[in-house]
Amino acid sequence: MSDLFDILLTAGFWAATIRIVSPLIFGTLGELICERAGVLNLGIEGIMTVGAMSGWMWVYQGGDLWGGVIFAALMGAIFGLLHAIFTVHLGLSQHVTGIGITLFASALSYFVYRMLLPDATTPPKIVPFQPIEIPWLSDIPLIGEAVFSQSAMTYLALLTVPAVWYVLFRTPVGLAVRMSGENPVAVEAQGINVLAVRTAAVMVGSAFMAVGGAFITMSWFDAFYFGMINGRGWICVALVIFASWNPGRALVGALLFAGLEALQVRAQQSVGAFIPYQFFLMLPYVMSIVAMIIMARKTKYPQALLVPFRRGERV
Amino acid sequence: MTDLQPVLEFRNVTKRFGSLTANDAISLSLHAGEILALLGENGAGKTTLMNILFGHYRADEGAALVDGQELPPGSTQAAIQAGIGMVHQHFTLADNLTVLENITLGTESLYAWRQDQKKARAKLVAMSEDYGLLVDPDVLVSSLSVGERQRVEILKALYRDARILILDEPTAVLTPQESDNLFATLKAITKKGLAIIFISHKLHEILAISSRIAVLRRGAIVGSLETAVARREQLAELMVGVAVARPKLTAIAKGEPVLEISGLSTDGAGASTLKDVNLTIRAHEIVGIAGVAGNGQSTLADLLSGLTQRYAGSVRLNNSALPTGDPRAVVAAGVGRIPEDRHARGMVGEMEIWENLISEDLRSPDISNSGIIINSSKSKSRAVRQIEEFDVRCSGPEAETKLLSGGNMQKLILARALSRKPTLILANQPVRGLDEGAIAYVQNQLLQARQRGAAILLISEDLDELMSLTDRIAVMFHGQLSDAIPTGDRTIAEIGLMMAGQGSVTPGEERSLDH
Repeated sequence: MSDLFDILLTAGFWAATIRIVSPLIFGTLGELICERAGVLNLGIEGIMTVGAMSGWMWVYQGGDLWGGVIFAALMGAIFGLLHAIFTVHLGLSQHVTGIGITLFASALSYFVYRMLLPDATTPPKIVPFQPIEIPWLSDIPLIGEAVFSQSAMTYLALLTVPAVWYVLFRTPVGLAVRMSGENPVAVEAQGINVLAVRTAAVMVGSAFMAVGGAFITMSWFDAFYFGMINGRGWICVALVIFASWNPGRALVGALLFAGLEALQVRAQQSVGAFIPYQFFLMLPYVMSIVAMIIMARKTKYPQALLVPFRRGERV
Repeated sequence: MTDLQPVLEFRNVTKRFGSLTANDAISLSLHAGEILALLGENGAGKTTLMNILFGHYRADEGAALVDGQELPPGSTQAAIQAGIGMVHQHFTLADNLTVLENITLGTESLYAWRQDQKKARAKLVAMSEDYGLLVDPDVLVSSLSVGERQRVEILKALYRDARILILDEPTAVLTPQESDNLFATLKAITKKGLAIIFISHKLHEILAISSRIAVLRRGAIVGSLETAVARREQLAELMVGVAVARPKLTAIAKGEPVLEISGLSTDGAGASTLKDVNLTIRAHEIVGIAGVAGNGQSTLADLLSGLTQRYAGSVRLNNSALPTGDPRAVVAAGVGRIPEDRHARGMVGEMEIWENLISEDLRSPDISNSGIIINSSKSKSRAVRQIEEFDVRCSGPEAETKLLSGGNMQKLILARALSRKPTLILANQPVRGLDEGAIAYVQNQLLQARQRGAAILLISEDLDELMSLTDRIAVMFHGQLSDAIPTGDRTIAEIGLMMAGQGSVTPGEERSLDH
């Protein structure tokens, strides 16, 4: 037991937590934006794969790192548009469409990767984002090393949380997005185009997801592997519910999950001799299920989530 | 602009939904400072016309003109800019957002980087004081009462400088006192030069509030007159087509007790928990329960429908205990159920008529092979007979149920419940939201069932209905049920007092009366 507490006091653990949390932040915020507008986006797993592949590929083909991030966001937005055409404009099942997008987007990413790099046996590497030490702040013991010696994309992820909160809760467009997820008829009655608001929200949200994927290949690792998103998209969907559709709480939930993830890797090494390592692998997921059960009582779903809006339909 | 120019004019507006003509060449005009009442039954086309004006629908023919300018069809934005404000029948508010957020949505550019909440709040507060529509801008809509929500809807329209205010059945959800407040507000609004269209099917309201009345029937204007010269009977006849008389009770000898409830209590706290309820209903008898919604009527109805499981006390049907928490057994024991909400509980809208009609007797040999395989040809031919017997207007047994009007859907529920010749009929708000013709039909069916020997429990919030249709009447308040005394022994005013918890709701005498 004391081993576990020792882990919690190492800067390495906290640095790993912050690294692991970054893609979760992008993904969760992306999903949160979609759902606030009333659209569940289960394409997230596939869209993160697209982001991971396209951002990395941009850099591998000679582009610069930030260009790769923007390219990944653009690709994400395109798949978001596809999702929006089916679910917002045609009013099809958001579950089925989302899972279809995930299958399609993942398969397409692997296909394009193989098409462009048919001969690669070991995954080729790029030079990823490097850690930036923030003057003075990085000298603080423990926290300095954990939080202020990260890559630029991690800082971006952390700054995105208040930014998304501000836009959703303090700007007219954020109000329109939230209202579209609560009562689209009310939005229409105020002369705002619900379909446009929802489409835009899904596209922006999907761009966030893709950037989350790109973080994994461009900042965390330096190569693209098959199956490297590894369910992170689904975790983001759960985190949105855990967060009650609130960006601040999303950060807390993501940190909790990332912390457990970082902890289990280290716990495997320290007490792995007595307990099978699969037990530790399982821990973060078990904990998220428990957390969801506790939180589920209080959650307030956006009331128009999953409800397609059709103009001029008899109500 | 002279006073003669109408602020709003409809010219030959026609709208069709498939084969149904919802609006048939409607021409109307509205002047500043007047309240025009649009009178008509459910389905007469009132709401459709307003939805065309507000850009929710596009008219097939004709146009709406504001200040002589044609409104571009199908654009809500254009309608708002032209000064039209609509208070929808089903409020268009988001519960989880604040009053201020609901009102300011769409009033600022979507590309602005921040909301000017301070300015918006100041404007809203000034306006709500100006019009006497007081509401706290910073509370969530979900915490507001229905009357307050309506105030928010009206403020929303006024906030955007509406000059023409449309209210679609605004009193349907209000208490009488709230309605009076609303009328005072509307009169104050017209004094400031706004024009109002007031949509309703309630005659007394329209006579009280409007300056002019247009009557719609089956999508067409069938009469237009000044309120000062309008008479109630004349309006009723214009609205319905022919005068429909509501059925009345005839005297009949009572039979054996069918339903005997004694000392019935349910678990929990709150106004809807039953507390020591006693009630006996005999064959050939209709007993009414009056009360404000949420005082335990639904709990009692759920229990008799087999939906609630646990209770203390005894409930006996035809001298044997009523099965609890088992709807199928309850139906088999002879209870016919007309649920309060026909959409949520009565019918599955997405399924076909014949499927809904057999849903209470899936195990009967007429319908299925020991509950495993449905005999659809038998079921459908039975559905055809029921549709004919109960005069359901539909394209056939395979029509989708949600396409039916409220009245026809209620007839289907009657067909399903009454075809089994139940000994006890539980009728919970059976005529709510129906038009006059359908109301008369439903009430006649209940009276026929009484004639046949059924015992009927009629739960209603409409005191006129209870007074004309019941043998005895009881009042429910905070889960307690008063004695059921012969209808006519108490005035409507006395019952009204008991519904508000004043007057005696003391159970106990009835048993000595009956036995």
